[in-house]
Amino acid sequence: MERQSPLFTAFIYASALLLAAVILAPVLWLFIMSISSAADLSAKPLNWWPDEIDLSRYGLLLSTLENSAGAAFVASLLNSLKVAGMATLAAIAVAIPSAWAVSRTPSVSWSLYAVIATYMLPPVALAVPLYMGLATLGLLNSVFGLALVYLTILAPFTTWLLKSGFDAIPKEIESAAMIDGARLDQILRIITLPLAAPVMATSALFAFLLAWDEFFYALLFTSDLRAKTLTVAIADLAGGRVSDYGLIATAGVLAALPPVLIGLIMQKALISGLTSGGVKG
Amino acid sequence: MSGTWITTRAWLLMLPLLIVMIAVIGWPLLDTVRLSFTDAKLVGTEGTFVGLDNYAKVLGGSNFQRALVTTTWFAVASVTAEMVIGVLAALLLNQQFRGRTALRALMILPWALPTVVNATLWRLIYNPEYGALNAALTQIGLIDSYRSWLGEPSSALTALIVADCWKNFPLVALIALAALQAVPRDITAASLVDGAGPFNRFRYVIMPYLAGPLLVALVLRTIEAFKVFDLVWVMTRGGPANSTRTLSILVYQEAFSFQRAGSGASLALIVTLLVTVLAVAYAALVRKAAGAT
Repeated sequence: MERQSPLFTAFIYASALLLAAVILAPVLWLFIMSISSAADLSAKPLNWWPDEIDLSRYGLLLSTLENSAGAAFVASLLNSLKVAGMATLAAIAVAIPSAWAVSRTPSVSWSLYAVIATYMLPPVALAVPLYMGLATLGLLNSVFGLALVYLTILAPFTTWLLKSGFDAIPKEIESAAMIDGARLDQILRIITLPLAAPVMATSALFAFLLAWDEFFYALLFTSDLRAKTLTVAIADLAGGRVSDYGLIATAGVLAALPPVLIGLIMQKALISGLTSGGVKG
Repeated sequence: MSGTWITTRAWLLMLPLLIVMIAVIGWPLLDTVRLSFTDAKLVGTEGTFVGLDNYAKVLGGSNFQRALVTTTWFAVASVTAEMVIGVLAALLLNQQFRGRTALRALMILPWALPTVVNATLWRLIYNPEYGALNAALTQIGLIDSYRSWLGEPSSALTALIVADCWKNFPLVALIALAALQAVPRDITAASLVDGAGPFNRFRYVIMPYLAGPLLVALVLRTIEAFKVFDLVWVMTRGGPANSTRTLSILVYQEAFSFQRAGSGASLALIVTLLVTVLAVAYAALVRKAAGAT
């Protein structure tokens, strides 16, 4: 290794500090807002750290008292869980057989590119017919309808991730079992799927995060507590007449908590996913 | 087993996915095409065939042209900034220093934050009365009085670009870092022995490894930025004075606020066409770059 001059070392540490500050400052501020009193937040000059830590908003938002701000928030939280959960399960269910087929059958692999290409479609290109279709089926403002629509995003995405997962499992293991007389469903159930379990779990988590973050379709297709998701509830708070900015910040912290935890836990999978996607081009 | 049976079996296994894709993507897309030639309303009237009227109106109107310029500027500015800052951050993270692992883990944070939360967070920071940006700049002495960053057409779009950049440059940095770590040590060492300066080392030794992955990141980020909706909707709803009205916001207003499904559909297809052209052009670029290295 090259010997570094002290000046260079100082420059590196200064830059690292700057980068850490740029990343952390906005997130920390969101958290500080959530625990500051309304008076601290509207003080001039601004109180950067609360005189007294105020956790009441977390209790308020997570309370289930009828007609409280909390009831609406908790309802949207549950809706988000339901929609993202259902959409993820459905996407994985249709993605497993097709990803395996594409991985093992070179003659149909072109179809995967057609599937991935749809991933680039702007949602506005599908929104109007989807709206009319859901209205006809009576699925507007329903968690089932929204989960169905989320398949437009999750199905291509999970198929793509699972396909590269199956590619990493050697074909030879399957051929050996086939020579021994195992049927295809037995091979998949006993050999391939257990080996693919980690990549299936990763795909499911990423799919869940995508659905958790989704906003455009949720804004269009849901209108009240029966189906409104967390992202729409937060956008309502941010754009509405709520005078307590701390409450908006608290809702943001709570909505960000699951994906941030998942992101930190899955750091390794995320980075290797980025690399393989990036290098393969 | 014969080849045809294997192919048939593959199609059978793909059947559930194909049915889903046709139901939620194929059919809606075709129906958007049909609607774009009609004067249908979102609710109620079926609409009658009007030929290319919608397209003529949209392409000739100033709303579309202005939204196209706004969207292009948003995409070019934010993606360029994300690329430059992302690569600089990756070069830094590729150095040896204490706390490097922690800093790298920190980069996940903006990526993991839901877009709507990110937009809400920056909306609070830019708040004209109590926002942290106004407070910080006043306390440092850079501005005399609080400004309405999102309320003035001159600064609103830039404010959005900053918010987008903060969320997305870490992703570029992580992709670039992974590429940097693939550069063999002995090559960098050899270039040092040969007396290459830092700039030449970056240009001739490191860049060939970075180019491919960065190009892919550029493609995906540009397409995403071109489709931007959530960030704009939560922060400004396209205002003030339509200065941040991007193409997706314009489609939303046309089809859902004004309920003009027909012209909204034609506008949506024009946006789709633009994104497709971008994607195809970039795919060609990527293939060319992959062939070159």
